[in-house]
Amino acid sequence: MTDHDPREVFLAEANELLDRLETTLLDLGDRPDDSALIDTAFRALHTIKGSGAMFGFDRVAAFTHDFETAFDLVRRGEVPTSAALVNVSLSAKDYIRTLIEDPDATAPVIGEAILAELERLVSRAKAPPEPAYAPEPEAPDPEATAAGWRIGIAFAPEVLRNGTNPLALLDELRDLGPCTVVPRLGNLPDLAALDPESLALGWDVTLRGSATREAIEDVFLFVRDDMVLTLTPLDDIAPAPDAPVAVPVPAVAAPVAEPVAPVPAQVSAQVSAQVPAKPSANPPAKPAASEAERRGSARGTEPRAASTMRVEAERLDELLDRVGELVIAQARLSQLAGHHADAGLQTIAEEIERLSAQLRDTTMSIRMVPIGALFSRFRRLVHDLSGDLGKPVTFVTEGEETELDKTVIERLADPLVHLIRNAIDHGIEDPARRGTSGKDATGRILLAAEHVGGQVHVTVRDDGAGLDVARIRAKAEERGLVAPGTPLTDQQVYQFLFAPGFSTAQQISALSGRGVGMDVVKKTIEALRGSIDITTEPGAGTAIVLRLPLTLAIIEGLLIRVGDGRYVLPLAAVEECVELPESGRSERGRDFLNIRGDLVPFLRLRSLFEAAGEPDPYQKVIIVSVGEAWFGLVADQILGNHQTVIKSLSKLHADVTTFSGATILGDGTAALIIDPAQLMAGGQIGAAPDGLRDYREVA
Amino acid sequence: MTDFVEAIEQGHALQVVMMRIGPETFALGAGMVREIIDPIPTTRVAGARPHLGHVVNVRGNVVPLADIRERFGMPLAAATPDTRFVVIELDLDGDPTLVALVADKVFEVTAVALVSRQPAPKIGTAWRPEYIRSIVKSGDDFVIIPDMQAILN
Repeated sequence: MTDHDPREVFLAEANELLDRLETTLLDLGDRPDDSALIDTAFRALHTIKGSGAMFGFDRVAAFTHDFETAFDLVRRGEVPTSAALVNVSLSAKDYIRTLIEDPDATAPVIGEAILAELERLVSRAKAPPEPAYAPEPEAPDPEATAAGWRIGIAFAPEVLRNGTNPLALLDELRDLGPCTVVPRLGNLPDLAALDPESLALGWDVTLRGSATREAIEDVFLFVRDDMVLTLTPLDDIAPAPDAPVAVPVPAVAAPVAEPVAPVPAQVSAQVSAQVPAKPSANPPAKPAASEAERRGSARGTEPRAASTMRVEAERLDELLDRVGELVIAQARLSQLAGHHADAGLQTIAEEIERLSAQLRDTTMSIRMVPIGALFSRFRRLVHDLSGDLGKPVTFVTEGEETELDKTVIERLADPLVHLIRNAIDHGIEDPARRGTSGKDATGRILLAAEHVGGQVHVTVRDDGAGLDVARIRAKAEERGLVAPGTPLTDQQVYQFLFAPGFSTAQQISALSGRGVGMDVVKKTIEALRGSIDITTEPGAGTAIVLRLPLTLAIIEGLLIRVGDGRYVLPLAAVEECVELPESGRSERGRDFLNIRGDLVPFLRLRSLFEAAGEPDPYQKVIIVSVGEAWFGLVADQILGNHQTVIKSLSKLHADVTTFSGATILGDGTAALIIDPAQLMAGGQIGAAPDGLRDYREVA
Repeated sequence: MTDFVEAIEQGHALQVVMMRIGPETFALGAGMVREIIDPIPTTRVAGARPHLGHVVNVRGNVVPLADIRERFGMPLAAATPDTRFVVIELDLDGDPTLVALVADKVFEVTAVALVSRQPAPKIGTAWRPEYIRSIVKSGDDFVIIPDMQAILN
């Protein structure tokens, strides 16, 4: 981390803080009286301001300062939270983001307008005699005029490792006014147990002068989450400022009553302070425990902060590439070992196989992230759209903990934006119409994720009017996508929604109706090797289900042989395997099977791939499913499961759609991965999905 | 490749890998050649264009195997002990792409004197002119500098 541009670090941190701020503000909209939320928002603002100033984002700092000032009134309960306040705060948050990302393109006038609006809301809500708030509303704070402060400082032990220099912070305190600094030695372990990198000291500081609470807090801005800071105005406590022994830490009792003068370096400072403290038999247990408790409660919001670390996404990609290579090399080793009778070699091969499988699973799990972070982004979208369109909408999410490969999640953002927009703009009716059809005036959008087999299904469901099949069909005919009168099932009609430029909206709104988007949704999902299902019920709403693979990099495959070629089928698509019955063996036989009463058509891979040689006398049919449709693929032999590291095919093979990629087998040769969806879409199978269902219904 | 052509146009001599494909001798800029390997098992790609009918595993990458004999109307011959796969890197729409090329025999890396460069004759060859960048003379032989992008796409 140290070799990174600190500004990059700030940007990453600020992004996180802004996300947290947004979530908090939205929560605040729902629970206006939750003071914990107000505090969280205030803390986020404060940190953005502080780090912004530190890294030279002066406009960010200045704007955030004013924003924070206004918000402080809310925090102190002088101004109630209101929907309008939340909205302005959200736009202020957006403004901060643009200030950070592209300060030059941001006109200050926008910021001024936001602040003016904020001020108007805040001052109107405030008690009438109060003048419109001044830029520095801390002024009325009576504490500021206090004679000084009693400051209790207790750091978390690991702050030194995080690069904090407590002595420098104490020096900063000294700059605010004359200080008396007394260390707390109660937590000091014996010399033998002393870890020079962990901080056992705390301090009690008596600061004289007119420093404000804020100025003192600012000194500790960057370690605020890792410490307990207590501030007591001097006037509030017994008038014995020169007797720091009175500070409520029992162990401080004897040795060092002198102010600790600047000491050369932090580590040596601890050691030297520790030596005189040693003889006085400290009762370290109790204060340590209470200290830990206090710290625990103060940091309760982020208990695991120290146990995670940031890693660049590219490094994870690299790691996965390496693991892919390893899995391939291991497969070759296993195959080689299988040909030798050497027991030692086989043991090692098995050991490596086990280890590489574990390594693969671990690596894959590192890349898996819960989809919740993505979902929470859409709360804002729904909030804004619902306001803009005048359609009250509740937004419900389910399955936020569902994990997906991070690449998949990143690429899902845009399609979901389109789908949610469509659901609100087209799906949900306006409140009046909902009223006449007996529905609750408030619409409902559900965004849900769940694991289904080897896939993740992400659903966007609205409780709106449902799709109008006749209108979609009329539009498709008008645009020449289908000849009038062609018999089409509803599912086939829905597919027109994904045609480029297709829109049935009677009016073009700012949001949708231009027909841009759904084709992009389809393309993105297909690029992720996923598929889209639409179900709709007139009057009850529409659900769009995105079916996605768990990962893009390694899949479980079924290895099959066709002629002399070996191919991989994604196991997630495989439903079952049966032997090809006698009736299907001749090339002119019936090309469908009876699977428990359903007619399932099948495709002979031998003829599709123009395989050489004689067909196996006992060919197998692998039944695969694509969406609702089932069909069979006839292969010569089923070779078994295969851990498939997916390699993309070269651009030069872009014209070959039968295969979604390739993989490398144990003997080092390449094998192609069959894409069942493409086989079906390419018309290789006689019937389209709904045609299939018709077959089955007939049967 | 572009560098190569530029260098030719500026009249410098250039390092090339000389190889025989069918009855003809070809020269490829040494800069675009990644490696030359012995033939390895190939995997047929059903439905691909004939000159790109296979893929091979080159150091963990699945790379198309290009047989340009088909493009030049040459008879396809079985592999001989001299057959090599020449792995080259091409720029396709801005993406560097690896392609393995079947060569009947690979000769040495040599410098061709570019003064001997001649434009591809409009007649006297059955090949489509866009496949040929130019023809240079190396010793007594005429050597084709092919335009691999045009040939493969």
